[in-house]
Amino acid sequence: MSILVDKNTRLVVQGLTGREGMFHAAQMIEYGTTIVAGVTPGKGGQEVLGVPIFNTVAEARAATDCNASIIYVPARFAPDAILEAADAGVELIVCITEGIPVLDMIAVRAHLERLPTRLIGPNCPGVITPGEAKVGIMPGRIHKPGAVGIVSRSGTLTYEAVAALSEMGIGQSTVVGIGGDPIIGSRFVDILALFQQDPATKAIVLIGEIGGNDEELAAAYIREHVTKPVVAFIAGQTAPPGKRMGHAGAIISGGKGTAADKIKALEAVGVPVAHHPGEIAELIAQRL
Amino acid sequence: MKLHEYQAKRIFAQYGIPIPRGEVATSPTQVRDIAQRLGKPVVIKAQVLVGGRGKAGGIKLARTPDEAEAKADAILGMNLKGFTVKRVLVDEASDIHQELYLGLVIDRARARVVMMASAEGGVDIEEVAATKPDAIKTVVIEPALGLRSYQAIGLASAIGLPQEHFRAFQQIAQGLYDAFIRCDAELAEINPLVIQGDGTLLALDGKMVLDDNALFRHPDLEEMRDLDEEAPAETEARINGLSYVKLDGEIGCMVNGAGLAMATMDIVKHYGGAPANFLDIGGGARAEKVAAALRIILSDPNVKAVLFNIFGGITRCDEVARGILAALEQVPTKVPMVARLVGTNEEEGRAILAEAHMTTARTLAEAAQKAVAAARGLLSVEVVR
Repeated sequence: MSILVDKNTRLVVQGLTGREGMFHAAQMIEYGTTIVAGVTPGKGGQEVLGVPIFNTVAEARAATDCNASIIYVPARFAPDAILEAADAGVELIVCITEGIPVLDMIAVRAHLERLPTRLIGPNCPGVITPGEAKVGIMPGRIHKPGAVGIVSRSGTLTYEAVAALSEMGIGQSTVVGIGGDPIIGSRFVDILALFQQDPATKAIVLIGEIGGNDEELAAAYIREHVTKPVVAFIAGQTAPPGKRMGHAGAIISGGKGTAADKIKALEAVGVPVAHHPGEIAELIAQRL
Repeated sequence: MKLHEYQAKRIFAQYGIPIPRGEVATSPTQVRDIAQRLGKPVVIKAQVLVGGRGKAGGIKLARTPDEAEAKADAILGMNLKGFTVKRVLVDEASDIHQELYLGLVIDRARARVVMMASAEGGVDIEEVAATKPDAIKTVVIEPALGLRSYQAIGLASAIGLPQEHFRAFQQIAQGLYDAFIRCDAELAEINPLVIQGDGTLLALDGKMVLDDNALFRHPDLEEMRDLDEEAPAETEARINGLSYVKLDGEIGCMVNGAGLAMATMDIVKHYGGAPANFLDIGGGARAEKVAAALRIILSDPNVKAVLFNIFGGITRCDEVARGILAALEQVPTKVPMVARLVGTNEEEGRAILAEAHMTTARTLAEAAQKAVAAARGLLSVEVVR
């Protein structure tokens, strides 16, 4: 078991014919992910990497029964790509694209709230269930099948935690990068709920950062609903207020969203918070 | 991207929001001329992108053109929280009867735009939120519906605005919402929105922050960017597609990924150093990009050591190492460098750097400790394996 993606994932790649899309699709195929279709408007009927290309997601879905989509299209087209996949009934959408205007994402989110589709991202590295399916841009080889679920707002920082766990022989059930934007499809609480229900997940790592209050909401959720051990790390303790730290969502504004507040909220519900990324694996090892 | 008060107010005016008569000036004599033309007492307001200008002495009332010139002379060129005042807005003074607050922000938890209003205007809204949260009323706006008139009237009534002002308030609220949406803002504020003695409403101050990710569809707004308000290093970073924030420490950090870059700053602090910057070079780490990043980091005279932390992911570490060496050829320096590369071909990458007499490290903790030691002159730049 695992969450979100597994051996039964039948993936459509939106933007497969682009440079990024093609590079990462090849990497995903190499990892063992089943890619059944690509979508690029105007390129329907072609075949790329042995994968049939369709003009629309609806056509791809009708022909291949794809149940998940990954989006590699540029920021100005990505909101449409998300809506298209959602309207075609694709169950899971992973949007890698960085730089989508926030008002566009608000409109997308409002539409998605009426549909059963789940969105991961945007501005995220994707989702991987080690040994089963990789739907993202993360380096597959650092992962190892196992029992630790990871949910994170970051990319490379997550790889850092994964690599340290794998090196200690601790594998992962599923690793979910939820994205660094202020408005994202799935937040910590959504993924925590899935990990709590997943029998394969025995412990959870939550990697947060400055900005917003999703970590505080996660802490409240953990207190009420999560019985599995949770370990956290929060990036940005030295970040100055009012400055955006790379991610659109990583900003302390009006004194809100500091690392100190998030650490306090998590520690208050009994979640140990690592002092640096290297400590995450040690804290997990003590709890397995 | 933050706009100046005068820029925000000009935009507000385009959307039908009443603003004071006024003009921008860069010299005391210009201020005098403007005051003369307006023929009324004026308020001279420093145009710098920081809050609390009034308390810092950047806003002054002048009753005559002579007084306006003298006060402008004091404000222009003054240092306001680290920014030199190069421009002032000269507004006709208004007859303030009551001060309100009206603003639009992105509520991340709700994933909606919300409008906030308060009868406690003229002070920092965050202060009101902290001390009198009940004094702030909000409405949540559905993106497909936009701000509806009942919502604006509801806000007006909730903050106890006298009924005779409802219509004017609703028009201002609608104008502010339209400006917010059309400009792709992430914040728009009128604070204070004043009720004047004659019963009219006026936006006395204006603040707007635009969504950097949406500037591609607003070339006209992008032109409003004031490069004087950006540190030169930040401008160079932006042009090179790098994300850079200058800090006060002595250890320059070059990292791929925003979260890892923050974690790198934090661990430098954890081991007793202080980060000189946040810098995310993104994916790839090609020589030109590394060189640009290195130039930016080294332009800060406080930097005593540079820490490279690259988690290779799919990029190969030997390529990253060659990129770093090529960059060092373009940007020669005596500042000690500590590099930590992880990923495909990492041993090869480390060997390439070690041969070039760079200190390398395997873990982030080790790299941070070495960088802290190097900044204190405690680490020789000989090969450390």
